[in-house]
Order: sequence, then C-alpha cells, then structure tokens
Amino acid sequence: MKKFALNIIRSPYFWSLVFLAALFAFNLAFTERFGVVEVKDGRLYGNIIDILRRSVPTMLLGTGMTLVIATGGIDLSVGAIIAVAGAIAALLARGNFHFMIIVLPPLLAAAVAGCWNGFLVAKAGIQPFVATLILMVSGRGVAQLLCGGQIIKFSHPAFEYLSAGYVFGLPFGLYLSAGVLLSVWLLTRRTALGLFIESVGINPVASRHVGISASRIKLLVYVFSGICAGMAGLVLTTEIRGADANNVGLNLELDAVLATVLGGTSMTGGKFYLAGSVVGALIIQTLTTTILARGVARPATLVVKAFVVILISLIQSPSFRAQVLRMGKAGEARA
Amino acid sequence: MDYLLEALGIGISFPGVRALGRVDFRLRRGEIHALMGQNGAGKSTLLKILSGVYRPYEGRVLLRGQETRASSPTEAQRAGISTVHQELNLIPTLSVAENLFLGIQPLRAMRQIDWKKIHKEAEKVLSRLNLKIDVSEQLNSYSVAVQQLVAIARALLFSADVLILDEPTSSLDKEEVSNLFSVMRGLKADGLGIVFVTHFLDQMYEISDRATVLRNGELVGEFEVAKLSRIDLITAMVGEEVSARRAEEKFERRRVAASEPTPLLEVREATRFGAVAPFDLSFNRGEVLGFAGLLGSGRSEAARLIFGVDGLDRGEVRMDGHVIKLSSPHDAIAAGMGFCPEDRKTEGIIGALSVRENIILALQANRGIFNRLSRAEQENIAERFISSLSIKTPNGEQAVRNLSGGNQQKVIIARWLASNLRLLILDEPTRGIDVAAKTEIQKLILTLADEGLAVLFISSELDEVTRCCQRVAVWRDRRKIGELSGDDARVENIMETIARGREESGGENI
Repeated sequence: MKKFALNIIRSPYFWSLVFLAALFAFNLAFTERFGVVEVKDGRLYGNIIDILRRSVPTMLLGTGMTLVIATGGIDLSVGAIIAVAGAIAALLARGNFHFMIIVLPPLLAAAVAGCWNGFLVAKAGIQPFVATLILMVSGRGVAQLLCGGQIIKFSHPAFEYLSAGYVFGLPFGLYLSAGVLLSVWLLTRRTALGLFIESVGINPVASRHVGISASRIKLLVYVFSGICAGMAGLVLTTEIRGADANNVGLNLELDAVLATVLGGTSMTGGKFYLAGSVVGALIIQTLTTTILARGVARPATLVVKAFVVILISLIQSPSFRAQVLRMGKAGEARA
Repeated sequence: MDYLLEALGIGISFPGVRALGRVDFRLRRGEIHALMGQNGAGKSTLLKILSGVYRPYEGRVLLRGQETRASSPTEAQRAGISTVHQELNLIPTLSVAENLFLGIQPLRAMRQIDWKKIHKEAEKVLSRLNLKIDVSEQLNSYSVAVQQLVAIARALLFSADVLILDEPTSSLDKEEVSNLFSVMRGLKADGLGIVFVTHFLDQMYEISDRATVLRNGELVGEFEVAKLSRIDLITAMVGEEVSARRAEEKFERRRVAASEPTPLLEVREATRFGAVAPFDLSFNRGEVLGFAGLLGSGRSEAARLIFGVDGLDRGEVRMDGHVIKLSSPHDAIAAGMGFCPEDRKTEGIIGALSVRENIILALQANRGIFNRLSRAEQENIAERFISSLSIKTPNGEQAVRNLSGGNQQKVIIARWLASNLRLLILDEPTRGIDVAAKTEIQKLILTLADEGLAVLFISSELDEVTRCCQRVAVWRDRRKIGELSGDDARVENIMETIARGREESGGENI
C-alpha cells in the first residue's frame, strides 16, 4: 500500500491528479448540488455521473492516442474517423438490421483507416503529423459523401443502448471505456507489447538493433487508435441518434492529445501512462462542466481551458520547476 | 620564414578532459597542409579553435603575423579563415546564388537585394572553380561534389586566405575527387593556404605538401610529405609506444584455436555497393577475431552487413554451413548473433528504460510479444548479469542513461548474453570509457571466448586488438586487405599491412 502511494506521488501525472482533486473540491464547495447523486428507476443521476458519461469518447480516443504518442507519433485523424464510423452506422441503423451488423462495419472501416495511417507512417516513412492530416481532411469528406450532405436520423433502440443504456445503475458507455482500458492495459502490460512500444518511441534505431520490428509496432498502434475512434464514433452517433458528418467529433483529436499529455506521456514518445490519460480526459470534462455550471458563457470556456492547460503543463515541466526553485533560492539569498 | 597562419602552444580543456595540449601548427602561403590523426586525436578540436568556435584557449593564433582572436566562425571568416565542413553549412532548398550570398548580399537603393549583381558574381566566382552551372537552380538539385564546390566558392567570396577542408572527399567518387584536387591545386597556385583533413592516406599523399600529425591531443610532429614513408606516418598516428605498453600488460596471448571442419559463421563475397568491397570471413567457436584499420576503412560497415543492419547487395552468410536470410537484425539475432554498436548512446541503449528492461529486451524481442518474461524472471536475469559483469548501478530499476559509459557497455553485452548468443560483434566497445573499465571489458571478452563464444572485436587501438584477438582482419579503403593470425598478428605487422595496402586499390572510392 505504501509502495502504491509512493508510485502515485512519483508518477508523471501526479500534479494532474492533484488538480483534478482540487477541481472536485472546488465544485463540492461552491457548485450547488454537484456532489448529489440521485437514484431514479434504479439509475444513478448527478453531475459526477454526467462528467463520467461525457468523458467516455475522450477516454476511448485517449487510450489509442496514448499508444500512438508513445511511439513518437500523433494521430490527427481520429475526429474524421468518428465521422466516417458514425455515417456508416447511421445508414445501417436506418435499415433496422441486427445490432452486430450495425456495429461491425463501422469498426472495420475505422480499422482500415488506422491501417492506412499506419502504412503511411511505418512503411512509407511520412511524418505522423502529415500522414494523419491527410485522413483528417479527407475523412470528413468521405463521411459527407456517405451522408449525402444531410444529417441522417435514425431510431434503433438496440443500437442506442450504447449511450442510453444503463447497467447496474451506471451508463453503459462507462463499462465500454473501462473494458477497452482494461484490455489495453492487459495487452500492453501483461505481454511485451508495452515494452516494445516504449522502446521504439525512445530509440527506434537501437530497437531495430535488438530485433524489434518498429514498423510492425507502429502499424499496430495506428490500427488500434483507429478502432478506438470507431468506438467513440458509435457512442457519439447514438447520443444524438443521427450522423452529422460536419460536426461530430470535431476537434476531439486535440482533446485526446491533450488528455494524453496531461496524463504524463511525452509528445516525444517513450514511457506511456494509460491511467494518466484517463485522469487527463476527466480533467477536460470536469473543467467544461464546471465552467458551464458557473454560468460562464460558452465561448469563454475555451479561454479558461487554455489557462488551466498552461498551468498544468508548467507545473509538470521539470525545467520550469527547476527555474522556479532557483528563483526561490536567489530570493532567499538576497533576503 | 613568414607564415600565413601560425598557431603556437594551443591547448584547451573540457570538463574532465585535456582535449589539446601545446600544439603548434604552421601554414604557409600556397601550400596544402594535411592534418592527420586517429579519431579523438584532436583534429576537429584544433580546427574549431582556428575557426573561432572554441574559446577561450591557451596559446596564440597569428594570421599574417597578426594575433587574431576570432570569437565566432563568422568573425574568423571575415578575418580570412573559412571552413568547409563535412556536413555542408548550406541551405539545400535555396538556390546556388542565394547560398553563396546569404548574409553578405549586395544591396541596391531602398535596401533591396541586387539580384542581378548576385547572379553575375556567383557565376564569376564559380568559374574560378571551373564550375559552369545555373546558379538560380536549387542547391540540392546538384550532386554533393558540386555542393562542396559551392561551399568552397562561398569561402572565396569572403576573400579567404586560409581554407580549411574537413573530410571533403568522404562522399565523393573517384572522378569528383580528382576534380576537387585540381580545384585545390588552382587555389594553391593563387596563394591560398589550404588545411586538408582526410582519413584516406592515398589522397593525403596525392595532394599534400606537408602534414601535421596529432595523437591523443598532442603534437607528434610536422613532416614533409615527400619524405614521409607510409609506415612512419602510421606509426606517428597510431603511436609506437603501443608495443612497449603491450609488454607491460600481463595479458596472456591466447593460442589459435584448432580450426574446426565447419566454422560457426562463414561470409562469402559479401558486398554492399558504396560501403564495402566483396570480402570473405569465417568465425570459429571460442575465437576472438579482430578488425583493424583506420577510421573509414570499412570495418564498421562490414560488421553492420554481418548483423543485417544494412542489406547485402551480393554474397551470402552461412551459419553452421547453411545459408541464412539476413534482411534485418532480427534475422541475425534469431541465428544467434549479438551486436554492440560503435555509437552506444544513439544505437545501443534505450536511455529512458531501466537497466533490467535493457538487459531483457533482446531476449524478449526474440521470444515475441505474447511470450512475455514474468517480472520475476526479468529481475532474476537482470540481477544475475548485474552481479556477474559487476555492473555498477544502485539497482535494476535505474534508468540506463544514468550509468557511466563502461557500465552502459556492460548492460549491452549483458543484453546479448541473456539471449541465445553464439557470435558477439563488438564495435569499439572500449571507446570513451575509463582505463579500468576498459581492461575489465577486454578480460570479459576473453572469458566469453573461453566459454565457446565466437567474438568479433573491432577497435582503433591496435594494441588492444592484438592483445585480445587470435586472428586479425585488416581493413583499408573499404576493403579487407589481409588477415594475420597467431604470432603474425602483431602491431608492427598490422601497421605495415595498412601502409602497403593492396597494390591495385590506389585509394579509390567505391
């Protein structure tokens, strides 16, 4: 137990965790009914549940993004993949097919999209930023073509269960993201995959020299990030019961990157922290909810968000901390 | 005697290292003066002092009899000392003319750039180098050789008296080299003093009038090239005290292992165009094979071929008599090879990972993703090698980048010992590590060979090679030029072989 506590304090997302706790404390003290959780028809309702439910898409994207960033890459196309997956799912949902027939094709398309990204990065050697930018731009175009420029509405109770369903009183989406996180954790930490991803991210040349196939690892993480985006796309589409190719998942790729970075995974690649990314996703959603609950105008939320991000980034930066420390010492010396 | 450039008693120290001590260097007008020495002899340090990069330093630099204290490369260039580096300081995506006049562009009224004048002047200065090209084309549309001449032309624009050429021929083919040499001769006739750094001995002999040799940061001497025999030059570069030092060390020379019917690994006609000329080699169990040769002789390139880092263009590699596929290091590792690269930091260690993770990495990669070693197994393996190789680290969880060079090297060796190792390739395993750790690693290599491992040992230090190896392959100008074994594998013989070279090779760049 003591070791566990020590590990948390030393972890690179410790300050994010502290910030999240502070944010909750602030809300509990000043936001009315923030901590209240009510039970209606055997379902739990309340601000906290709402935050958890709304952060599901960012958590899903953040899981994939964490692995991509750990290899030294970035996946900007996840927002567009959400749109594509959503469009395919909506078209199928109108046809009143079985749940699986609605869900599997979008996920397959998302995996193919990820495969394309992975191919460009790992085999063609294009910089990840540029390689995924291609799909970020063209993906939304594909989604619009599929939708024929319209918002495609549907009604399919079995499919809508993804966002409207409740299990043991909690929204189904929470189980989905928890399940994905758990399986990724098992896959990376109970096999050697995590070690190989970190190794490739830290030093690709040396990794090749020990016999790790960097291109295979990279291909894998982009495919995985694509599938995560596909799942987020399904959840978001069922939330509004329609596919809006223009707006669904817009700018979510940036939230996913932000969640990953707040979670302590470095943009230069290397060590990655899945739990940290969850904390990052929760910070982003809690912040949005808090700002809205405080009655700040919607456009201003982005500014407030930016300040918070700067603050956390500065606190987490070792060189900034060292500088503050030095300034403090200089002040003491003068006094 | 009036010297164009005179550096007297130059010395400089970096934290913990005496990089250069009391070195004199004298350059006359109209001469090509070679600066020779092994890797780490202090050549680049001296050049950086002359061109104003390093300051402060001990001693004085006189240019045309006047003391100069250039504090930046730009100042040195204005004073008349221009350097053309191996990696050209040009901007590939700008035009040739823009590159020539960047920072010194002539202006018209209203601070507008006078493009007409730039183009005219650019063509003029290039014609001095017998170069007629479209100066408005992007620089990277031309060959490296042309780019090099553009860099020299830029130096001339600064009315350089002293031109420093740092390894200018390393990426040129034979014809381009002879073209560069004729340009150099022309500039020499114009009265410039040229400092020429190269590791190709033949080229040095072809073009230079004098040579200054450095070794371990100290001056060995200045020689007239016409009167300097190859063996004397190599002795000056490598050092003659090595033989004396060798006698003091109580390393027992090992007997040549009785050669077996099938060698462990056999290389036949292995070739990579532009890197290594075809060579044959065989490795035996329990034997340490050495690669000797100067920097750039092809020894590291050959090792990279054997380990599958670079692909073979021609030839084959056989393990236990069977041809093996070698398209990546993964194949080599599966066949039982391990490789400790020359550049430990960028190619060997995974800096941010722990000592434990670094040690088990190759074994794990060979086992695959799903066959993970448990944490307990990993710790066992790590502990075993930390104690058996006496790796100095607080524990296995320390990030490997925090270890000293010698201990990092041991971690890399441990990484290979932990997997199913049969042939260990070590490229300069003792470079940049302290003397005690050096001896320790040499002993370790001999012990491993005694246990039946085949070892390939590459080193610039000839005494080290002769001390550890039963057989030595000698390299020069990217080819294997000979093999010495048993009592023939002595420092003097290796130096003589390098000096003699292969009659027909003639220092050509392949």
